[in-house]
Formats: sequence, C-alpha cells, structure tokens
Amino acid sequence: MAGVLLTVAYLAASVLFILSLRGLSSQETAQRGNLYGTLGMVIAVAATLTSPQVLTLQWVLLALVAGSGIGLVVARRVAMTAMPELVALLHSFVGIAAVLVGFASYLGGGDQGVIHQAEVFVAVFIGAVTFTGSVLAFLKLRGSVSGKPYLLRGRHGFNIALVSGCLGLGVGFVGEASTDGLPLLVWTSVLACILGVHLVAAIGGADMPVVVSLLNSYSGWTASAAGFMLGNDLLIVTGALVGSSGAILSIIMCRAMNRSILSVVFGGFGSDAGGTPARSAAGDAAAGEVREALVADVVGALKSAKSVIIVPGYGMAVARAQHAVRESVELLRGRGADVRFAIHPVAGRLPGHMNVLLAEANVPYDIVLEMDEVNADFPSTDVVLVIGANDIVNPAAQTDASSPIFGMPVLEVWKARDVFMLKRGRAAGYAGVDNPLFYHASTRMFFGDARDSMDAVVTELRQAGS
Amino acid sequence: MRIAIPKEVFPGEQRVAATPASVARLRELGFDVVVEAGAGVRAAYPDAAYAAAGAGILEGPEATWQDADLVLKVCPPAEHPGLGRHEAELIPQGATLVSFVWPAQNGALLERLAARGATVIAMDQVPRVTRAQKMDALSSMANIAGYRAVIEAAHHFGRTFAPQITAAGSVPPATVLVIGAGVAGLASIAAAKGLGARVRAFDTRAAAREQVESLGAEFLEVELEESGDGAGGYAKVMSAEFLAAERKLFTEQAREVDIVITTALIPGKPAPKLWEADMVSAMTPGSVVVDLASVQGGNCELTRPGEVVVEHGVTIVGHEDFTSRMATTASQLYATNLMHLVDDISDDGVLAVDMDDDVIRPAVVTHAGVVCWPPPPSESVAPSPAAAVATGPAAPSEATAVGAPDARPSVAGAGRAARETRRSNRGVLFVGLIVAALWIGLRVGQGEATASPALAAFMQHLTVFVLACFVGWQVIWNVSPALHTPLMSVTNAISGIIILGGLLSGAAGSGGAASVLGVVAVLFATINVAGGFLVTQRMLRMFRKR
Repeated sequence: MAGVLLTVAYLAASVLFILSLRGLSSQETAQRGNLYGTLGMVIAVAATLTSPQVLTLQWVLLALVAGSGIGLVVARRVAMTAMPELVALLHSFVGIAAVLVGFASYLGGGDQGVIHQAEVFVAVFIGAVTFTGSVLAFLKLRGSVSGKPYLLRGRHGFNIALVSGCLGLGVGFVGEASTDGLPLLVWTSVLACILGVHLVAAIGGADMPVVVSLLNSYSGWTASAAGFMLGNDLLIVTGALVGSSGAILSIIMCRAMNRSILSVVFGGFGSDAGGTPARSAAGDAAAGEVREALVADVVGALKSAKSVIIVPGYGMAVARAQHAVRESVELLRGRGADVRFAIHPVAGRLPGHMNVLLAEANVPYDIVLEMDEVNADFPSTDVVLVIGANDIVNPAAQTDASSPIFGMPVLEVWKARDVFMLKRGRAAGYAGVDNPLFYHASTRMFFGDARDSMDAVVTELRQAGS
Repeated sequence: MRIAIPKEVFPGEQRVAATPASVARLRELGFDVVVEAGAGVRAAYPDAAYAAAGAGILEGPEATWQDADLVLKVCPPAEHPGLGRHEAELIPQGATLVSFVWPAQNGALLERLAARGATVIAMDQVPRVTRAQKMDALSSMANIAGYRAVIEAAHHFGRTFAPQITAAGSVPPATVLVIGAGVAGLASIAAAKGLGARVRAFDTRAAAREQVESLGAEFLEVELEESGDGAGGYAKVMSAEFLAAERKLFTEQAREVDIVITTALIPGKPAPKLWEADMVSAMTPGSVVVDLASVQGGNCELTRPGEVVVEHGVTIVGHEDFTSRMATTASQLYATNLMHLVDDISDDGVLAVDMDDDVIRPAVVTHAGVVCWPPPPSESVAPSPAAAVATGPAAPSEATAVGAPDARPSVAGAGRAARETRRSNRGVLFVGLIVAALWIGLRVGQGEATASPALAAFMQHLTVFVLACFVGWQVIWNVSPALHTPLMSVTNAISGIIILGGLLSGAAGSGGAASVLGVVAVLFATINVAGGFLVTQRMLRMFRKR
C-alpha cells in the first residue's frame, strides 16, 4: 500500500515538474511555474520521508531544516548582480550531493550486481565533474579567479588521458566483489574532479553563459544517474528534464554566438587562434581616432532624440547601474522619446542576465526587446547608449573574416545616428577582441564607471526638465 | 495631344476613366482632354464639373473618339449598343488606348485592335512591383470590391453585425469568415470589423497571418505545414492533403459563421471551388455567402455569376460588378492610376511609350499594329521574390487582387524559419536515436532479461529516462529568452531532487558511513532546493508589464 502511495506521489511530482518548466516559458505563467516546482519538490520529499526505507529520520530532518535555513538566507541576501555566481555555486551542490549519494549507495550494501556498480560509477563520475566544474565557474564569475581561459599545451590529450584513466578504473571497479572497489571509486572521483576543473578552466570570456548552462545540464544528468543507481524513477525523470533543459539553453546560446557547442567545450576563445589577426585588424582600425564625449554631449543628444535604444552589457551589471538607467529611461519617456532596450542573447554572464537586472530595476518587460526584434530599427534610431557592452556590438563580426567572433550575430548599433559607448577604460571586451566601433564616425566614448556616468546623465536630465 | 474619355458601354458599368480632379492633372501634364457627355453621371460626376476642370464636353461617341490621340477607358472595347459598331473601329488609326483588356480571354479583340494600328496598354497587365504601385489598378479595384462585399453581405443579412445589449434583449455579433487575405480580403476584414462583426480569415500563405492579425481578425489554420506562397504574391495550387485539411476546416467553420466572403483567385485559372454545396447547406438559414471570384466562375459551388440566389436558405451573392457598385470611389482611384500611367508614358504632353521600361513593357499588349502579348519573359519584370521583399511588410494598399506581392517573411523571419526547420530535423533525429537505442537495448536485453532481473529493471529505467528527455526537449524550446535565467535557476532547484538519493541511501544501509554520507548529501541538496526556488521567486516577482 505504501508502495502505491509513493508511486502516485512520484507521478504527481513528475507532472508538477513538467508543468513547472512549461510555466517558465512565458512571463505570465512563470510565477505559477515556480510554484508548481516547489509543490512537486515538497510532495516528493514528504512522500520519501514517509516511506519505510528511511531510518535515520532525526538526522535527516536536522539536515533538511539546516539546509533550508542556509538556502533561504543565501537566496534572500544575494544581490541580483551576483545571480550567475549563485547559480553556479548551487550547481556544485548537486554535484557533491551526487558523489556522496554514490558512495553511500556503494557502502550501504544492498545488491551489488554489475549493473548497479556501473551506475554508481557513472553517478560519481558525472557528479564529481559537475562539482569541481561548478566551483571553478563560481570562482571565475565571482572574479576570484581570472576569467581568461587557461590553456594547457596539449589539453585535449590531457582530457583524453583523464577520461581513459577513469574508464580503466571503472572497468576494474565493476569487477570487484562487495565493497573492495572503494579505493578505485575514490581515485575515479579524484580524476573526475581534475577533469571538471580542467574543462571549465579552458573555457572563458564570452563563453561563460554557455558554461553555466552546460553545468546546469550536467547537474540534471547527475541526478538522473543517481536515479538509475537507486532505481528511483522520479530522480531519473527529473534529472532528464533538467538535463535536456540545460542542453537546450546551451544550444540556444551557442547559436546566438554562431559557434558549435563542441568548439565552446573544447575551445579556448579569443586567445590562441584569434589573437594575431585580431590585433592586426586593430592595427588597421587604430588609424581612426577615438572621440570622447562629456556628460553634456550625451544629455544634449538625448534631449533632442525621438528614439533611443539602450544596449546593456556586463558592464552595467558590474557597476550596478540598472537603477540609474531606469531613471534616465523614465525621464526620457517623460519627454516623449521612444526608449527601448536591445538585449543580445549572450549579453552578460548567463543567459537572460540582462532581463533579470532590468526587471529588478522595474523596467517594464515589454520595452525590453530581443536582438531579432530590434536590429532592423537601428537605422531609424537617433541615439544608442551602449552601457558596458562590447563584443555584442562589434561590427568586425560582420566585416572582418579574420576576427575570432566573425559570423556571430551582433546588434547593429553603428547604423544609428549617434552612438555613445559607456566604458570604464579603453580595454578590449571580454573576448579580447578589438572593436572598430570605437573608431566609427558616429561613435563617441563616454568614459567612466557606468553607474557614475548614468547618475550624472540623470542629474543633468532632471535639471534640463525643471 | 488630345485625351478622350468616352462613356462606358458595358451593361451595368457605372465607372468612368477620369474624374474632374484627374482631368485637371492630365491638363497640367500638357494634354487637351475631352469627355463624352454623360460619361461620369452614373459615378456622380456631372458634365459641368468636367467642364469646370477644363475638359471639352462632346456629344456622342463618334465625336469623342474622333481625333483622339489617347483614349482612357475602364472596360475592354465592346460592341457599342447605340451605334451598332464595335468600339475597336472607333479608334483613330495609330492612337493609343489604355483600359482593362484581359488579353488572355480576349485574343480576338487584340487582333482587331492591332489591325487598327493601335497601341493598347492593359491596366490589368501592369506588373505588381514597388515602382508600379501607383498605377496598380487591380489593387485599387480589389480594395473597393472587398469593402463592397461586406456592404452587400450586410444588405442581404437579416441581423446586425455588431452585438447589442438592449432592454429588448441582447443580440450576438455576426461572425464573418473571409477566405483569401489579399487586398480584397483585407479590405473586407477591415470593413467587417468596422461594422462590429467578429472576423476570421483564412489564407494559404503563411505571410498573411501577420496582416490578418494586424486588422484584429483571427487567423485560421489547417493542421499541416505547407506554405501557399506562389510567385508574385499570389497563392499557388496546394497539395491534395492540404486541400483535404482545408475542406475539414471549412466544414467546421460553416456551422459557426454567418457570413462568408470568398476572394480566392489563381491567375490564369478558373477560381478554385472552396465553398462546396454541403458547406452551404450546413450554414444557418439566413446566412450570406459573397463570392468575389464570381467573374472567374466563383469560389462557391452554388454561385451563379451575376446573380443573387438563395440555396438552402443561404443567400449567395455572385455579383460581377462589385467595384462598379461603388462607382464614385472606384472611378476616383482608377482615374488616379491612369493619370500616373499617363505621366509615365508621356513627356510634356507628348506620348512616348518606352518599350524598354520594365514596368510599361509588360502592359503593352499591342504596339503599332502588332500584338505583343504575352511579353517576353524578363527576370526584372516578373515580380520576383527580391522585388517583393523590396516592398517590405505590405500595407494592404500595396497588395493585389488576391495575393499580396508583399509580406515575404523578412530576412530575420527567414532565418527563424530556417532555424525552425533545423530544429524539427533535429527532433526527428533525436526520436530516431531513441528508437535505435531502445531496439538495441531490447535485443541485448532479451536473452538475459530472464537471467538477470537487474538488467530488466535497467531497461525499464532507460525507457523512463529517454521519454523524460524527450518531454524536456519538447517543453523547453518554447521558453522566451528573457526567462533564461529564471528557467536555469528553477531547473537548478529542481535538480535538487538528488535529495531523494540522500534520503534513501542514507537509510538503506546498515548505518555507519553510508548514513553519514547520505545526511550530508541531504544537507547540500536542501540548500540547493530552498535557495533555488526562493531566488527564482525573487527574480520572477520583478518582471512586470508596463
């Protein structure tokens, strides 16, 4: 009887998870989707707790309470700009949990058939890769570790060696009787941990959003592998849902950058191959001159503008300028200007990053447009403000075949009448590629911290308005 | 040079080829204009108004045609009832005639006109490219016809179009179905909406959806993927499966709609029979079918061209002269089209038909006594997709009688379409892989499943896994890019389901190490679950609409 109830509860939870993902596909239903997910999780946990297999109830409850406490506090405290880090960190928790579950399942005895051993092995392997990969991604996003891709000579060979080492250990492990394979499993997890670090270390720059969503996918596959190991259908289903979701997001990101997923995973971007030609292109373009703008120039152009498009990038997130941006938008709209946002699919450090920040600043989502929706409108636009974005507005992606970002769809801001680029300094973008837009005839650079700059713009606009 | 505007002789024709306003413009171009007495009376343009605009008023057709260098007309030349002579014989030697000609149907007429040494320009043959829009008489007439179709429908319909709630009871809105969303169809949609009806529209061209929806109507679709975009914005002939699906849709609609307006034409062919007899009989008595294609035989099986008939209690309007019934506006638009054409083929009041002009050449059907229709094929003349793109997202006025040379998907749209295709291809590949994997799995499993229950269980789990991947794959593709971060964070929270692993393995064992590991796993997973859902909620709460 209990078994039947458990199955029904699991079925309900699976359906709720699917509805949750479905709900997340549009703004109107997203909140409900999140609710479904929460409900599914509560049902799943409650049903599992009541099943007779759980013996150490008091400790488990303690862990549940402590975990929820920590999770809720962290989630409440985190700033929206730190969202990418948090997501990466949380992925690592799934990875470590899977490794622990794998070991527990192995030590816990029960049936130790070949298939079960193989499942344990796979779960531990994927879990460990996810764990260290996510931790490194977290550190990179946080800035504790340089975001530059770290490329070993012969890194592909190194990866292959690690994977085949694990495979060798796995073959040995599966044959072992009882729990004698424990050292082999430990070694596997160590190698997998190194692999996770190395894989993520080699990816950097503009590819970070892809990495985060790939890790998201891994964390799903991890859960699925654990489900195989424990013979638990709910884990399998849920893991598969999350895994495919992450995979699709990664594919969408890659498509937005006109790159294949393999070249992202094994790439190393804007570094070795692209370096020299990019610099030579920069040499040509450097003949042009960077023209600087002052606050008064920016405000003057904005005041006379009928249509304004704002292109935010990671620089806006770093400077936390979104509130100042929103204020300026309100002022401009109050003056009768048509103000919109143009969001490149890979703007920021994780997919949809800009949308979240703008939403946080109370920008209505119907003036926040996607690249395809807005790209045709630049020629009829008076002023474009590029706030802390660089690679996604780089015309070289269309014109310079030697550029490493050649072929990536970009926002064609240079077709507008006036372009102001808010930038901290003269450095190249995250991808390390020079940007001919700096020298473009309609472009003027507005140097400074994005937030200070926007605050200054808002102040001037206010005075002009009163 | 002299331009002559004769009175139309075709029975029932009320339009006229010039208005006082266009006469004034033609005179500015350097021409003398003469108008036959009474030519504009039926379109509410009295002779005095022409005279005031500077035209000479002449009595009788012979006086009018005589000495004319250029004759502007509406209908193709026909037997003149008053004179007992054919209008073709009235044309002065070597003069130029501009009117609707329909050369495909009127071969004999062409010969006759050529014999007179006339140059004839057919308004129905003006290519439908951007540059020629100002002389596109087919579009301007279709626009009027579409409007008039709704007026005719309202006239024969015993109910109101707009819903009303009164003290004497409430009245539901009329439901109008427009088949074919070209210029005429779009004009019908706009007019019916204006009267307060609920409007649905159907078109085989996917590009029509946007235009239909922009007018506030509902776009109906058959459940099949085939685009009906043909050359030059006309619809092409569709496949048998499509037609079957279309018939099913129409049969369903017949029970629901009160008014059907059909506008489907395929160039050079009889109009397709879309609205069949059983669909008519399925309609509520008192309903109305207006068939704008009746000149080409009609879209409705029961249409009798030129007549209004009642079948199964349904009124079927098969007029052939919808535009003539709005003669004042129709004449005004047609006269303006003609004026633009004359402007193009003349220089300072002297005719100069440029046979190298790729807009004019296709419309010239006889030149200096030689029949030159059909024109030699020319890339630049045929309304190629490129030319159509150049017209951009079309306003209804740019579009044509049945199809619009517009509304090609934009470049971005094309990219999206390509991506959709690629995506569905991948979907097929994915399903193929699943089936292959299952098949191999089962082949391997069959022999040993009896021996090893573990393998059987594994196979079962594999099935669940693959199906779940598939569901996930299907569900996620629709997500809007703005929601990528919340989606990622919610899936992250959901992947905290690994907590179950901790709960189960922490318990299953004989305590000791396994339990400790399990409990720690639960701790980590719980942080993930609680943190993930809360953070998602925080993010989502921030999204608001203007």
